[in-house]
Amino acid sequence: MATLEIRDLHVSVDTENGTKEILKGVDLTVKQGETHAIMGPNGSGKSTLAYSLAGHPKYTITSGTVTLDGEDVLEMSVDERARAGVFLAMQYPVEVPGVSVSNFLRTSATAIRGEAPKLRTWVKEVKSAMEQLQMDPAFAERNVNEGFSGGEKKRHEILQLELLKPKIAILDETDSGLDVDALRQVSEGINRVRENGEVGTLLVTHYTRILRYIKPDYVHVFSAGRIVESGGAELADKLESEGYASYTKGGASE
Amino acid sequence: MAEAQNIPVGSTTAGSIAVAAESTVATRMSAPPSFDVGDFPVPHGREEEWRFTPLERLRGLHDGTAVATGDGVKVVVEAPEGVLVETVGRDDARLGRAGTPADRVAAQAYSSFDKASVVTVPKDTVLTEPIRIAVHGEGGVAYGHQVVELGAFAEAVVVIDHTGDALLAANVDYLLGDGAKLTVVSVQDWDDKAVHVAQHNALIGRDATFKSFVVTFGGDLVRLHPRVAYAGTGGEAELFGLYFTDKGQHQEHRLLVDHNTPHCKSNAVYKGALQGDDAHAVWIGDVLIQAAAEGTDTYEMNRNLVLTDGARVDSVPNLEIETGEIAGAGHASATGRFDDEQLFYLMSRGIPASEARRLVVRGFFAELVQQIGLPDVEERLLAKIETELEASV
Ligand SMILES: Nc1ncnc2c1ncn2[C@@H]1O[C@H](COP(=O)(O)OP(=O)(O)OP(=O)(O)O)[C@@H](O)[C@H]1O
Ligand SMILES: [Mg+2]
Repeated sequence: MATLEIRDLHVSVDTENGTKEILKGVDLTVKQGETHAIMGPNGSGKSTLAYSLAGHPKYTITSGTVTLDGEDVLEMSVDERARAGVFLAMQYPVEVPGVSVSNFLRTSATAIRGEAPKLRTWVKEVKSAMEQLQMDPAFAERNVNEGFSGGEKKRHEILQLELLKPKIAILDETDSGLDVDALRQVSEGINRVRENGEVGTLLVTHYTRILRYIKPDYVHVFSAGRIVESGGAELADKLESEGYASYTKGGASE
Repeated sequence: MAEAQNIPVGSTTAGSIAVAAESTVATRMSAPPSFDVGDFPVPHGREEEWRFTPLERLRGLHDGTAVATGDGVKVVVEAPEGVLVETVGRDDARLGRAGTPADRVAAQAYSSFDKASVVTVPKDTVLTEPIRIAVHGEGGVAYGHQVVELGAFAEAVVVIDHTGDALLAANVDYLLGDGAKLTVVSVQDWDDKAVHVAQHNALIGRDATFKSFVVTFGGDLVRLHPRVAYAGTGGEAELFGLYFTDKGQHQEHRLLVDHNTPHCKSNAVYKGALQGDDAHAVWIGDVLIQAAAEGTDTYEMNRNLVLTDGARVDSVPNLEIETGEIAGAGHASATGRFDDEQLFYLMSRGIPASEARRLVVRGFFAELVQQIGLPDVEERLLAKIETELEASV
């Protein structure tokens, strides 16, 4: 069973005024089949955690470990992490001019699966996944994320999640910028992947509304670069009614 | 419509649409066109037509000190049956009819060449196989003149392939009879040290179609000046270009489309990728719509993809309109950067860095490469792009 283990993770970024520590000792274990919601106020370091796990070069790991089934994730390059089964749906997906969605998806699926998917089944697979996400087939011929609306970008991220079938899915604010219909369709996509029981999900969010569609097994409150409280789904209800005030008091987020 | 976006530091993407009573394209030049090199002052580098070009790297082509040597270039023409291939002297009446040298180096070439090559496709002859002209540099200095003439309703594809090492200045004339169709692919696949400066003149007959692909990879300095004018109404020009500018290379493409005749069309699309320190690409797109050229339809576009720091692009589309009675006119120029965020995004989907770069560059050039329609040339270009990319990582 795939397990992602994060131990005492410290991460900093380079700023104009020297390095700044953003993650200050994160501990978390995500197992295949589980869904963990990470909730926290703006600037608490949620995206930093997500990007650090995926290997974004901007973030420097100063101490701690991350392993996937015992393998050292921090030693791996960005593409190796993806091939090992780590997937990051980004808060702000990047536009890649000159590369069509269809070419991108196929290249990516080939890299992750270790062989080129058979063309006939692949075309069907992409088409039905797009249909389920209510994506116009015309998107396949557009350049990756170029000119996509915020909601279209998020659907495109979840389309990749469905096609790439990772062991660990990190979804960074996939709910933000979505209207109610889009939120439901995107959540259904995430649930389809979760239902096969093969993915461990790290659902990063600021709001509780996506948790109406996606029931987490665990909820963690993130503040000032670490997890300050963990609980079950009921913790989300508390956050819904009380907000983050009790966690950020005393300048905890600097 | 002008657009400019995401411009890397040190690069310029300027554009203008001027509605002028008098052409400034002509007045910007330091001297009017002439066949005589003596009519052009030796450039200093600040002249409008020379300001982007590192003159010292022309190794004397611009100031009369580069003297032709015996081991300049070897030209081999391979033509299917029905095509007339001749080598002629300076006084042949068929030379210089498509256009007049517009700058000092083109005039130097016209004043200095010894023998010219004339390829003629007679009237009504429709070729099914391309004409191949191999220009191979043997390491010396050369001045050249090439004429390709298509009679009325003739159809031909010409591939001009530049390889080896040379210091070469040349003029190439394309003459299209009424209703003729000419596709030219000029590949600049020079060795690293080569210097190549050339003016290409296309004179397009009534209802004739000229399609050109200018593909520049190699050389230390390549400066090409494709020019188009129309000899009758209904002419069409499609000018496509593709360049891959590497570390230290200077590649300059200066287009001029002179809409001097009513109801003609032109469409220019040039795309370039750059990588490495001091890679410098220059694109100038001058389009002139003269007062008489009613019903003109023109569009020009230049796109650049900067793959690494240290590369520089100067892209200057310039459209001049002297009549309001046109069907359409537009230009676009954009220089984008393949940046670390894009690389991260592709890699986070399992795609290795080298493949990510390849994906982006192939995708960027694909629409142009596919239009060439010659499988062997297309494959060679794609292979060339791969090699250039591998050299970078
Ligand atoms: N280059 C940088 N220089 C200075 N501070 C930075 C830099 N990069 C990130 N930070 C800071 O790190 C902190 C955490 O940012 P992060 O994006 O991880 O927060 P987040 O929890 O995802 O917030 P949001 O809910 O707004 O998405 C923020 O205070 C941010 O300003
Ligand atoms: Mg965030």
